[in-house]
Amino acid sequence: MQRTRLSSVARRTLTWVLALAIAAPLLWALLASFKSELEAIASPPSFLVFDWTLENYRSVLESGDYLHSLRNSLIIAGGSSLLVMALAVPAAWAMAFAPTRHTRGILLWMLSTKMLPAVGVLIPIFLFYRDWGLLDTQAGVVLLLTAGNLPIAVWMLYANFNEVPGEILEAARMDGASIVQEVVRVLAPMALPGLASSFFLIFTLAWNESFWSLNMTTTDAAPLTAFVAAFSNPEGLFWAKLSAASMLSIAPVLVIGWLCQRQLVRGLTFGAVK
Amino acid sequence: MSISTVPTGSGRSYLRLQARILMAPAILLLVVCAILPLLPTIYYSLIDYRLLASTSHDFVGAANYGRLITDPGFLPAIGNTLMLNGLVLTISILVGLGMAMLIDRVIVGRGLLRLLVISPFFVMPPVAALIWKNLLMQPVAGLFAWVSSVFGAGAVDWFSTLPLVSISLIVAWQWVPFACLVLLTSLQSFDREQREAAELDGASSWAIFRYLTLPHLARPIAIVVMIETIFLLSLFAEIYVTTGGGRTTNNLAFLIYSQVMLQYDIGVASAAGVVAVIFANILALVMVRLVGRSLEA
Repeated sequence: MQRTRLSSVARRTLTWVLALAIAAPLLWALLASFKSELEAIASPPSFLVFDWTLENYRSVLESGDYLHSLRNSLIIAGGSSLLVMALAVPAAWAMAFAPTRHTRGILLWMLSTKMLPAVGVLIPIFLFYRDWGLLDTQAGVVLLLTAGNLPIAVWMLYANFNEVPGEILEAARMDGASIVQEVVRVLAPMALPGLASSFFLIFTLAWNESFWSLNMTTTDAAPLTAFVAAFSNPEGLFWAKLSAASMLSIAPVLVIGWLCQRQLVRGLTFGAVK
Repeated sequence: MSISTVPTGSGRSYLRLQARILMAPAILLLVVCAILPLLPTIYYSLIDYRLLASTSHDFVGAANYGRLITDPGFLPAIGNTLMLNGLVLTISILVGLGMAMLIDRVIVGRGLLRLLVISPFFVMPPVAALIWKNLLMQPVAGLFAWVSSVFGAGAVDWFSTLPLVSISLIVAWQWVPFACLVLLTSLQSFDREQREAAELDGASSWAIFRYLTLPHLARPIAIVVMIETIFLLSLFAEIYVTTGGGRTTNNLAFLIYSQVMLQYDIGVASAAGVVAVIFANILALVMVRLVGRSLEA
């Protein structure tokens, strides 16, 4: 008995130590964001005893670049997520409630488009965008992220709608409800939690997307991913400022992510793990 | 999977028509953005097309593929791609599995534990890469250098001695949460009575892990491998902000990027794009089958 209690304490301690180790890089950057540049590179490092300062946050917020990129991120992630939902909700509705023998094939086909590496289409899209003036525009990135996240949304919503009993919708239909009424009045209230978490997961993925956003933008449409990536040039390596910029860039989606972590599993495994 | 019964007769065909109309925009967008651009990629890979030189766009057959394969950067890029995927998958699944099994047993504070473990997943790649490269891995003032000095060991100059491993560690850190969360979800649907019965029968914890837990987790692990691979094949930002490419860290995606952006050679870059797509398709074929099976389950 004594031995099992000891081992359970050891196990619990190990669990917390490992979990903290996984979060440590973030916590470390959070600390650094409140240090002066000199203290951020001090060796041995200072942990909690240093002159806490908000100077880094002030200077990041004051350089117009951050706010400009924040605005772009909000427009690109928000716009593409709304567009994804507008396309995915009807499609998933049709697949869940009016399935045909093609439904399974269409679902798998959508999944397979997600498996094509983006680099396979980078060149034609880059050249097309260059010729049509879509390079470095918000609309250009929105379109690409919409196509990229659409399959994930369809799968998430399909799994979600499948849990709504079809009989209820049929009853509404028999009572003469139109499709729009059926979706808005009957389906939406039941599927609302799923709709919300799908939206937020897609929003998070779009916010963090770093292939198209780095390749297709330079200044005008540069979102936060590009803003932070600009810190990689040697003269920009101020650790405290980098940390503050990083924290300001990840904070919004970190909170959203925490709130809908449970849906994340189902969404990203295409409903295969519940 | 529930299949709803639909009304018969004209109502049914009306419903089908509506269903088709509702699916059309989503399918159309995917065809236009994900499938159609593959055709020009194939076409460009067969012609002489360079952005700076005034080439005539002549059909050159497999010449671009020949130049790609004989390019001294090509084989390393393939090797790096495999190495990156392998390392990231191994680390993220091993750590994720260990963490999931630990959290599964915890009752008090599980919410906070999940919060700590899930966070790296929501960090955008450039942030993850720059924090690791500078604040942690930098050989003089980085946190790792200090930790190893505490243990009396010398600092590792991560990016100059082990660039590919360094990048793999950063990416693995971002994927540990996903692996952990999927496996934790799956562990929680695990039949506890079965485990308790085995414990009562005196089975060792290794036997329980090997013969009960691991078989239960086989499918979720396969799914984690698949999803991570999809994202890893387009791995780009972590290389972009840390080493900026080069022979030791180029993956296939970055090789294509540098062919276009640095050498302006559309033909060879497109050939590499076609190779990447074929590469992904081989993987996808196996994996779609895997997920497809879960649709019937």
